[in-house]
Amino acid sequence: MDFFIDRLPLYLSGAGTTLVITLLGAALAFVLAMVVGMLGTLRNRAARAVATGYTETFRGVAALVLMYWMAFAIPQLTPYEIDPVFAAVLALGLNVGAYGAEVVRAAINAVPRAQIEATIALNMSWWRRTRSVVLPQAWAQMLPTFGNLVIELMKATAIVSLIGVADLTRVAQEQRAATGETIAAFTGALVVYFVIAQLLIVGMRLLERRANRRLGRLPASDTGLWALLRPPPATAIGGGRR
Amino acid sequence: MPQYETPLGAGPGAGGPLIRFDGVVKRFGDNTVLDHLDFTVAPGERVTLIGPSGSGKTTILRLLMTLEQVTDGVIWVGGEPLSHMPKGGRLVRANERHQRRVRRQIGMVFQQFNLFPNMTVRQNITEGPVHSLGVPRGEADRRAAELLEMVDLADKIDAHPTQLSGGQQQRVAIARALAMRPRILLLDEVTSALDPELVTGVLDVLRTVAETTDITMLLVTHEMQFARDVSHRVLMFDQGRIVEEGPPEQIFGDPREERTRAFLHAVLD
Repeated sequence: MDFFIDRLPLYLSGAGTTLVITLLGAALAFVLAMVVGMLGTLRNRAARAVATGYTETFRGVAALVLMYWMAFAIPQLTPYEIDPVFAAVLALGLNVGAYGAEVVRAAINAVPRAQIEATIALNMSWWRRTRSVVLPQAWAQMLPTFGNLVIELMKATAIVSLIGVADLTRVAQEQRAATGETIAAFTGALVVYFVIAQLLIVGMRLLERRANRRLGRLPASDTGLWALLRPPPATAIGGGRR
Repeated sequence: MPQYETPLGAGPGAGGPLIRFDGVVKRFGDNTVLDHLDFTVAPGERVTLIGPSGSGKTTILRLLMTLEQVTDGVIWVGGEPLSHMPKGGRLVRANERHQRRVRRQIGMVFQQFNLFPNMTVRQNITEGPVHSLGVPRGEADRRAAELLEMVDLADKIDAHPTQLSGGQQQRVAIARALAMRPRILLLDEVTSALDPELVTGVLDVLRTVAETTDITMLLVTHEMQFARDVSHRVLMFDQGRIVEEGPPEQIFGDPREERTRAFLHAVLD
């Protein structure tokens, strides 16, 4: 315990780096997932081809190898060098974005046809339908899976330790090498990863509850952190329609 | 998709019928739902479509709302083609833009209400007028309040659809359709999904609309008494064709066709 308390500032700074890469990677993955996922629902063949091309390419590529490629191959192919943190954010964002795009596409396609017909009867444009009806309803469907993806992404950020970024894993390795305290060094890292994951889970579940409140599946007053202790609504997944 | 080619000018003029089906065919795969259907509806007329399920009544409404596209033939609305558009002196299949412009005059109420669960009652009613018609927000809000007053739900303006009964949801859906100020209102079995005790409230609202406006209505319904009260004309369908048509007193009181008699016998007993 003393070992860990003494090195807490080191572990916290490593955790900070891990968190920054997680958030930047998640932001990139989110934007890619939304754009590519929506392209995949269009009738236009070219749009769908772009979506499929992106998803199949980056779903099938290991984020670690992609990061190595950007960090080591790009400087040889071009006159540019990529900052290691940036390379990791790109690799993770592209990789997780490909999974996210499938989630977005499926959630949009799961919005009941009857809802689309109502927007046609109100003569809405494609964009208005998407913005006012389709995305707000698909959003509640996406969030649980997005939660899993964010946590996967956070744990995958450990790959940056292999290209010299001082993240949480790197800090643990260095402390072990310096002191030989293998058990304490890695247990400390495990605990900090676990705490970060819990923070992300709480954040995602608050977003989920808000989305369900907006669809009238939870009472409007059911807000705040304590609400998380109550069980989720039975209709939260699967559209909630009779 | 076969292109239906007709010289321009074959459509009804401004003084003619508001709706005209011209040799309309609708097939789903091998199943012919509408078989060379011709009929017209005059401005302000209220027409009830009756017939056994699968006879094509609902398909007629869905074609008018452009939820389905014709296999062959042309649908005209207000003297303009809806299913097609003029191009180089011929009629070609309408694109989305053309259909949006022509269907602006048409509103629809669905069997399952189809309210948007992510919006309050007010937003459900104002979303179309504000974003499709460009009505200023304040005006749309005032109109929503008036319409809710009419359907007797003024106190539910900030409620979510999930907090309403089926009958209340359907009354909101009627208000939502009327907020678009349609010339034509399509009513697709609007009471079929309701518990029996909620049907009256919805029909009363529709009676009010029929009595106080000159909106042209096409109704598919199993409420024969209601059909008799509000419609000017009844069309009896079977297997994608009109078997018989006439004023409600005649169709319900003295049907000429055996098929009509058998159908009415089956639904009224």
